[in-house]
Amino acid sequence: MLAAASLGIAKLGTAQAQDMVGAPHNWGIGLQAAAGPIKERIHDFNDLLLWIIVIITIFVAALLAWCLWKYNAKANPVPSQNSHNTVLEIAWTVIPVLILLVIAIPSFRLIYYQDRARDADLTINVTGRQWYWNYAFPDNGNFNFDSRMVADADLKPGQLRNLEVDEPLVIPVNRTIRVMTHGQDVIHSFFIPSLGVQRYSIPGRTIETWMRADHTGTFYGQCNQICGTNHAYMPIVIRAVPQAEFDAWVASARTRFADSTGAAPAPAAIAAAVAAAPTEVQFAARQ
Amino acid sequence: MAYSADAHGHDDHDHHTPGFVSRWFFSTNHKDIGTLYIIFSLFAAIIGIGLSFLMRLELQSPGMQIFSDGQMWNVYVSAHGLIMVFFVIMPALIGGFGNWFVPIMIGAPDMAFPRLNNISFWLLVPAFLLLGGSMFVGQGAGAGWTIYTPLSDDQYQPGMSMDMALFALHLAGASSILGAANFITTIFNMRAPGMTLHKMPLFVWSMLVTAFLLLLAVPVLGGAITMLITDRNFGTAFFKPEGGGDPVLFQHLFWFFGHPEVYIMILPAFGIVSHVISTFSKKPVFGYLGMAYAMVAIGVVGFVVWAHHMYQSGIDVDTRAYFMAATMVIAVPTGVKIFSWIATMWGGSIRLETPMLFAVGFIFLFTVGGVTGVVLANAGVTQILHNTYYVVAHFHYVLSLGAVFGIYAGIYYWIGKMSGYQYSEKLGKLHFWLTFIGVNLTFFPMHFLGNQGMPRRYPDYPDAFWGWNLVASVGSYISIAAFLFFFYVMYDTFRRKVPASANYWGEGATTLEWQVSSPPPFHTFDELPRIR
Repeated sequence: MLAAASLGIAKLGTAQAQDMVGAPHNWGIGLQAAAGPIKERIHDFNDLLLWIIVIITIFVAALLAWCLWKYNAKANPVPSQNSHNTVLEIAWTVIPVLILLVIAIPSFRLIYYQDRARDADLTINVTGRQWYWNYAFPDNGNFNFDSRMVADADLKPGQLRNLEVDEPLVIPVNRTIRVMTHGQDVIHSFFIPSLGVQRYSIPGRTIETWMRADHTGTFYGQCNQICGTNHAYMPIVIRAVPQAEFDAWVASARTRFADSTGAAPAPAAIAAAVAAAPTEVQFAARQ
Repeated sequence: MAYSADAHGHDDHDHHTPGFVSRWFFSTNHKDIGTLYIIFSLFAAIIGIGLSFLMRLELQSPGMQIFSDGQMWNVYVSAHGLIMVFFVIMPALIGGFGNWFVPIMIGAPDMAFPRLNNISFWLLVPAFLLLGGSMFVGQGAGAGWTIYTPLSDDQYQPGMSMDMALFALHLAGASSILGAANFITTIFNMRAPGMTLHKMPLFVWSMLVTAFLLLLAVPVLGGAITMLITDRNFGTAFFKPEGGGDPVLFQHLFWFFGHPEVYIMILPAFGIVSHVISTFSKKPVFGYLGMAYAMVAIGVVGFVVWAHHMYQSGIDVDTRAYFMAATMVIAVPTGVKIFSWIATMWGGSIRLETPMLFAVGFIFLFTVGGVTGVVLANAGVTQILHNTYYVVAHFHYVLSLGAVFGIYAGIYYWIGKMSGYQYSEKLGKLHFWLTFIGVNLTFFPMHFLGNQGMPRRYPDYPDAFWGWNLVASVGSYISIAAFLFFFYVMYDTFRRKVPASANYWGEGATTLEWQVSSPPPFHTFDELPRIR
């Protein structure tokens, strides 16, 4: 039932293709709808896992119920003294191993797929800070900007409390985006459920992962590693837009955040510089 | 297994019971120290569960209700975790039942080092006072029970409070290490004639494995927090990147301790459940050797899986693959235990009295917590479940429902033996059902919240998470009412004073504690029992 429900929600989500919203739902029980290929694969694998664990749990519950019903003192006053059965013991060692193999194979495939982008179209540096996010675009002149939560008092009708930010991170839809997380003060975690992406941002480290949105829309996430008093108040908003709209946004952002250029977190530049030049060419070619 | 206790006094003719102060404050008797541990644990549970009550009140609806800010919330979250782990579950299972029953079950007159045993207990009291005090000093220690740096650094948790919490961990750790050394020595050297390792009751096996885990894991925590203390106070930079240190190093050290720690909390409960299932099914434990070595296997493998807590910390993908594989391996010995318990019940003559209810409840709830553990072992899925309420649900199913059900099963199983008075079966059953309904209502919806992406350690959440949080809060109020009702059951037991016979569970109860009176004489055995 659980599996069916989560499947149902996933299908419902993907059906509304235009401008999807990746956010939690009232009374939602399954995973947030998938907005990109990583999350799609997580869904596939999670459905497999869910079937397996629900069946195992029901199996154990049924055995327990059977024992309590069939072997209670009234029904079975004289207990057997049987305490060994080699075949049985081998079976319940080997069968779980086989089940784990069924899980392990797709699981390994998934983590290698999730690990890093082979041909990224764009690199974004993400820095978690107490208590807001900073995004830098090394491929586009290295402008960067802060993204802070909208306070309750400033929410517009229809906006989601604790999830909206003043400056969302804008990305082009259907493009592979390399995400480099950096830390500055304490550890934070960059977590967007609907895109299936999460990495810590750790001081002194640069961590690479990637994401890709298959749908235009708005995808919400929140800081997911305890980081001090305002841990609950540094959400992440990603807006996936068509390439042309993205380019227009970049152009305006470059002027709006002009004074920030070059002030982006230092370690980012090194890793990003490698990817920067060819990516710009690719963009030009696609337009 | 056939035991015979050749001779033991059912009266105290040779036993000079000390006066109140020397009996309870300078105690060297394993049973008295065990009692102290259990009383301490119940007291700490009142505080720890009280904190969770306030937390659930806050989370009952979105927005900030009763907490002034996030830091105060973080302080409560951290204290709840540390208190439950170090001052409730460990003292009850290891210090309490371990002290009480390991010597009796192996036919020893006492623990190997009775005074060390006393120190182990009394180190816990200042540790608890330091941790409790840290909540009221400055802005408190609000870095979570995992105290990850840099959040736990002097820069982000300034003031004495975090240092007090760290010293509390040091004292509690020293207490655990001394206790562990004591258990290992006792079990290896003080078994009665005929009590070979392969005849030892499973509870003793579980304590032996637990003691080894403690002895090997806790010093690593000690090292990590010592480095953290010097980082905070003496200008070192073990975990500070600006000084060449590494915050991820702290995570490795912490979880090298932290993962065995979760088995430290659950293994003794495994032991208790084995005894209860066997007693109330009137059957010997199925696959005894498999059960014993499954625990050894869990203990060994438990040491090589720590980084599955760190999938999002940027560890290399091949490393993640290794830790995934190793973690899933633990499901195999755990499965052996679950199925062996069921096979013990199979063909038995089952009486569903309160300890058995808790033991059967344990098997089912531990299975639920176990299978979600298999889900979380997969780094691919953990990419979206890490640090969410799914994780909170998972570890509360194995601890708050698993280990705690183990504790309750142990108390109802042995309260007659320990106190000499039998509890009321009717009240015990009522307590079970209240608890069972309450905890499931609390923790099951948390799987949904986690699936939907609700991060843990949030005092305030987006409104979409409201529904299931409300359900969880209502469930927690039922659980807390059940906990208070438990005190009434205990009060009722000591008020009615229904005397318990030596073996009040009858033929299914075969271990040595059932051969001595309830309560056992001050020194248990005048002559060593022989095990045939």
